[in-house]
Amino acid sequence: MGAQLRIYRQRIRSVQATKKITRAFELIASSQMVRAQQRVVSSAPYTTLLTRAVSALATHSHENHPLTTEKGEITRSAVLLVTSDRGLAGAYSSNVIKESERLVELLRQQGREPVVYITGRKGVAFYRYRRREIEREWTGFSDAPTFETAQDIARTLIDAFLADPADGGVDEIHVVSTRFVNMVSQVPEVVRMLPLEVVEGVEAPAPHEVLPLYEFEPSVQVVLDALLPAYVESKIFNALLQSAASELVSRQRAMKSATDNAEELIRRYTRLANTARQAEITQEISEIVGGANALAASGARA
Amino acid sequence: MPLLVDVVAADHLVWSGEAAMVVARTVDGEVGILPGHTPVLSLLAPGDLRVEPLDGDPVVATLTGGFLSVDHDRVTVVSSTAEVAPEPADL
Repeated sequence: MGAQLRIYRQRIRSVQATKKITRAFELIASSQMVRAQQRVVSSAPYTTLLTRAVSALATHSHENHPLTTEKGEITRSAVLLVTSDRGLAGAYSSNVIKESERLVELLRQQGREPVVYITGRKGVAFYRYRRREIEREWTGFSDAPTFETAQDIARTLIDAFLADPADGGVDEIHVVSTRFVNMVSQVPEVVRMLPLEVVEGVEAPAPHEVLPLYEFEPSVQVVLDALLPAYVESKIFNALLQSAASELVSRQRAMKSATDNAEELIRRYTRLANTARQAEITQEISEIVGGANALAASGARA
Repeated sequence: MPLLVDVVAADHLVWSGEAAMVVARTVDGEVGILPGHTPVLSLLAPGDLRVEPLDGDPVVATLTGGFLSVDHDRVTVVSSTAEVAPEPADL
């Protein structure tokens, strides 16, 4: 076998192995993707009802709460960056990281010190490589986040928000994550989480409908104290779930195109290998024919 | 008129349907909600929630806190985690 042909055969084998891997990843991602989307859908009622309750509170009471109060001068801003744990998901992580870079740059220009919290190993690696400081990181759950993790993150952020900026606290909190719009579109977006703007989601009551005059038990202040952190938790949980769904869709798509590319490469190498084999045969035949001719010629002369 | 009840946990809808009565443990003590209750939003203590559907056996769910809201005979129970006791009601 000629050297050229052997190299082509080697390439084909290697691409075939790669194709098997990308194909497996594609199948895994697409089965997980369905579940991730269902989780986004099934967490929706909780978020909706909580939002409704918080809006009801906001319309019925004008109490101030530390979580809804703007701080006078903003010196330190927290950024929660939601990335994936694993790669092979196309531009998923780099898109959301790019969005966070823009935000950090903007905060710097406004003279605010960014304090970065990260979920997902990709974001952590990005920061580590550049030797930048990470305030706190959570990893190991990006494709199937649990509510407990969301609670943990929310508590950390709320504690930082309530603390004094002088000793490690922050004045506002932004969340950079990927919103799952639909199967073909996932957009990185920045949302300011704290201080809360409760006006969001408040619908004006229909004219014939009288807003219920709630009684709050035990008291408005206590209910607010309990509901607002729960609201933040549910928002963060939702962001994590949407990011997970986006990650899996991106991975599925990236792996599908990798598989397609591998197929295309195999086809091209097979053609090249066939040509090389044919060329080898042709050469052998012409060598034999040439040799026979030479023999015949020398025999005739003798 | 029956109560319209939704029991919701952080990651799924636990129970939804019409009920005659809802009994829950708030931070101030147990409350029973019957149709026509005044609008109220109260915090729940960790404990059991009992929903008595119009027909069928009572549904008991174990909650870890959360809140209960009642308005116009719509009862909403929201808890970060809610486990329905293993006795499947009419599914």
